[in-house]
Amino acid sequence: MRRFARLFAALDASTATHAKLAALKAYLAEAAAADAAWAVYFLAGGTPRRTVPTRVLREAALAASGLPEWLFEECYQAVGDLAETIAHVLPAPAAEDDLGLAGWVEERLLPLRGQPAATVRERLIDHWRVLDWPGRFLLTKLIGGGFRVGVSRLLVIRALAEHAGVDATVVAQRMMGYTDTDALPTAERFARLIAAGTDGPVAAGAPYPFFLAHALADPAALGAVADWQVEWKYDGIRAQLVRRAGQAWIWSRGEELVTERFPEIAAAGARLPDGTVLDGEIVACTDGRRPAPFALLQKRIGRKTLTRRILAEAPAAFIAYDLLETGGSDRRTLPQHARRALLEATLAHAAGPGLLLAPVLDAADWAGCAALRAEARARGVEGLMLKERAGRYGTGRTREAGTWWKWKVDPYSIDCVLIYAQAGHGRRAGLYTDYTFAVWSDDAPERRLVPFAKAYSGLTDDEFRAVDAVIRRTTVEKFGPVRSVTPSLVFELGFEGIQASPRHKSGVAVRFPRMLRLRPDKKVEDADTLARLRELLAAGAPAAA
Amino acid sequence: MSDLVVLRPEGLYCPAGDFHIDPWRPVERAVITHAHSDHARAGHRHYLAASPSAHVLRARLGEIRLQTLDYGAALDIGGVRVSLHPAGHVLGSAQVRLAHRGTVWVVSGDYKAAPGFAAEDATCAPFEPVRCDAFISESTFGLPVYRWQPQARIADEINAWWAGNADAGRASILYAYSFGKAQRILAMIDARIGPVYCHGATEAVNAAYRASGVALPPTLPAGAGVAADDRRRALVLAPPAAQGSAWARRFGEAADAFASGWMQLRGARRRQGVDRGFVLSDHADWPGLERAIAASGASRVILTHGQVAVMVRHLAAQGLDAQAFATEFAGEAGSAADAGAAAPGAAAGAPGAEVAAPASPAATAA
Ligand SMILES: [Zn+2]
Ligand SMILES: [Zn+2]
Repeated sequence: MRRFARLFAALDASTATHAKLAALKAYLAEAAAADAAWAVYFLAGGTPRRTVPTRVLREAALAASGLPEWLFEECYQAVGDLAETIAHVLPAPAAEDDLGLAGWVEERLLPLRGQPAATVRERLIDHWRVLDWPGRFLLTKLIGGGFRVGVSRLLVIRALAEHAGVDATVVAQRMMGYTDTDALPTAERFARLIAAGTDGPVAAGAPYPFFLAHALADPAALGAVADWQVEWKYDGIRAQLVRRAGQAWIWSRGEELVTERFPEIAAAGARLPDGTVLDGEIVACTDGRRPAPFALLQKRIGRKTLTRRILAEAPAAFIAYDLLETGGSDRRTLPQHARRALLEATLAHAAGPGLLLAPVLDAADWAGCAALRAEARARGVEGLMLKERAGRYGTGRTREAGTWWKWKVDPYSIDCVLIYAQAGHGRRAGLYTDYTFAVWSDDAPERRLVPFAKAYSGLTDDEFRAVDAVIRRTTVEKFGPVRSVTPSLVFELGFEGIQASPRHKSGVAVRFPRMLRLRPDKKVEDADTLARLRELLAAGAPAAA
Repeated sequence: MSDLVVLRPEGLYCPAGDFHIDPWRPVERAVITHAHSDHARAGHRHYLAASPSAHVLRARLGEIRLQTLDYGAALDIGGVRVSLHPAGHVLGSAQVRLAHRGTVWVVSGDYKAAPGFAAEDATCAPFEPVRCDAFISESTFGLPVYRWQPQARIADEINAWWAGNADAGRASILYAYSFGKAQRILAMIDARIGPVYCHGATEAVNAAYRASGVALPPTLPAGAGVAADDRRRALVLAPPAAQGSAWARRFGEAADAFASGWMQLRGARRRQGVDRGFVLSDHADWPGLERAIAASGASRVILTHGQVAVMVRHLAAQGLDAQAFATEFAGEAGSAADAGAAAPGAAAGAPGAEVAAPASPAATAA
């Protein structure tokens, strides 16, 4: 545990990639396999189900620290991170113990789940007592379900590859499914990750690493449109449909196995020949042909259990746009157009309910493409995908194999006023970075500012600091962690979608709001109105909803 | 009985003796706790300060009409018996003790108070607890999350970091406030690791410290010529303002770090944008504040700057008569000026009851 806590602290403290890589490799070189198995699991984004509710965590921390609740709360507000707050306020450790990470997780942390709150509190306090600062911080992060560290999965894969002397793409394949919630890490599984050899046996259902697209601002530099395969950019969940050994698996881009979440797609997968892997998008699809707005899919994702009713209301389909494997052979090195031909041939038999073929769009030139893109919103898609016809299927955001571009429609934007602010967490703890924005109501002359969106991204660190200073200067009231301010700042807020929402005061809900820029040139009075939001709503409502 | 110290627009004021303490506007007669710029300002007619602070005060304020007083010695000002006592903050820092008609008040200025009021900082006399009826205290780090490690441990960390960089052939730039913190660090480090360079602002204060008889290891001005070989093993001390400047780039590939009490929090550390944060402060941590307040024996405590609202509520809960003065003192300079501190202007109020946050407005973003 101490080793991993030290690694975590090193990764957390450093901003340099080479330093992180060096720390990861140093850890792998000295850690026992059973411990490294868990370390890789956590670092690659594995999240065991939360073992201790936040409330119990707080109660234990209060008891151990002897602080009154209000003072603990003040500390939390200053620190912005619960685990860090707890690590700071606990009394000095009594002793330290040498149990490894695997021992800690398997013998001490996982068994906490489902225990009565009083037992959990007692054990937590015992555990904290034998850990130093980094250990306490780590432990609390792990049991609170908030473990995140500034290391990409790709970097973990690189460290493993360099540690083991195995090709990184092979490790990437082996890593698929490694962080799946239902299979806990073991020394054996870790040994398989780093086993010598170039293509160890791929588990029957394993997908390929996803090839990711880059954002495109202007296609003019891409050369002839004929060199590109043009498709819609769907607004759904990126996924691979794997059919092998008489079984179907569905993997989301987060490498989560989601087969059970989409039984209609799994059933459609059974129509595919064995040894087939498709890449595509999961969308909600009410008419069997066109994607419905993402909100419908989201509604379904939010459900713990799939009822007959939700399956009927929000049926899902897999829109296939690439083929990575046929006849059990890896086809990723074929050019895009050749994979497309195989995809069409495969789907000729298999397409149907739950499994659709993404159309390739026709455009004579880039102007024609732009015209298609302009239709995107009405069609319920996000824009266009441009895929190099001669390109192979790469790994992650690589470009050497050929590039995928996503040419999205411009987001909606609106000028609005900052009215509430809340302190950020993690890297931005202690700074007010989470903002609530408002537009003017229509009822002049006594119009009011009506909140309609929250956003916390889009500004540079310097801009955040400047806004933070204004917030502190213009604070009217504090409600717990939230401050209301005298409206003085206008922002241009961008968002990807808008829909009617009777639950919200403004009558609308916006999707993926983010700050595009500060508008120091605008006065608060010049901000947009509810009427403007309703215009956007009317203009953007998907035709085929 | 009237208060010995009250808050005036010019600053803290003793009506009985007709003088100010660390005033922020020009006054006739100012008693200065220490030479930091938010406590010692230019423009007063008469200055009174502790003897060891004379060189640094003059280095900062130029020719001033300065009367000095040894620690523990007393002076009668308008019938008020005034004496100065070590505050352990920086060279020459003092608590101001005021005695008048059987009542004793102490104004702490800034201070740090190690366990047992031990002498850790080799560059100034350690905090000396002074019994009083009313204690006017700072509370820069008045939250239980602020607990300092023993200085020796931080010294080990800094030396290890420096030695590691030197072995890797890169300079170590350490940002630290140029008056007080930098000299304390100089007195902590193992100067055998490599040459030590100082920024001009730091070097000027070093000279004042040496003139005051404080032993510091040899330092070189990081002005013009720094030989490439020297650079690779060098420790460079610079004020935080130099971070990211052309000045800092002259050392080539370098590791950088920041030494401040604010570095206790990961968020502040990240915002600072340096490779490393060392938690080192010349202000009292939470236990230090509690220790000093308890040792004063005061039944009345007035907080001047920092986490004022929290401290007031905490002390009131222990049955003390606690209140706040809304001063213009700045707390620990150099970073995170307001890392979760109380709202501006809210200093005098008790923290509001926990109120539910306003209803969450629209946001369907995942
Ligand atoms: Zn000071
Ligand atoms: Zn101060």
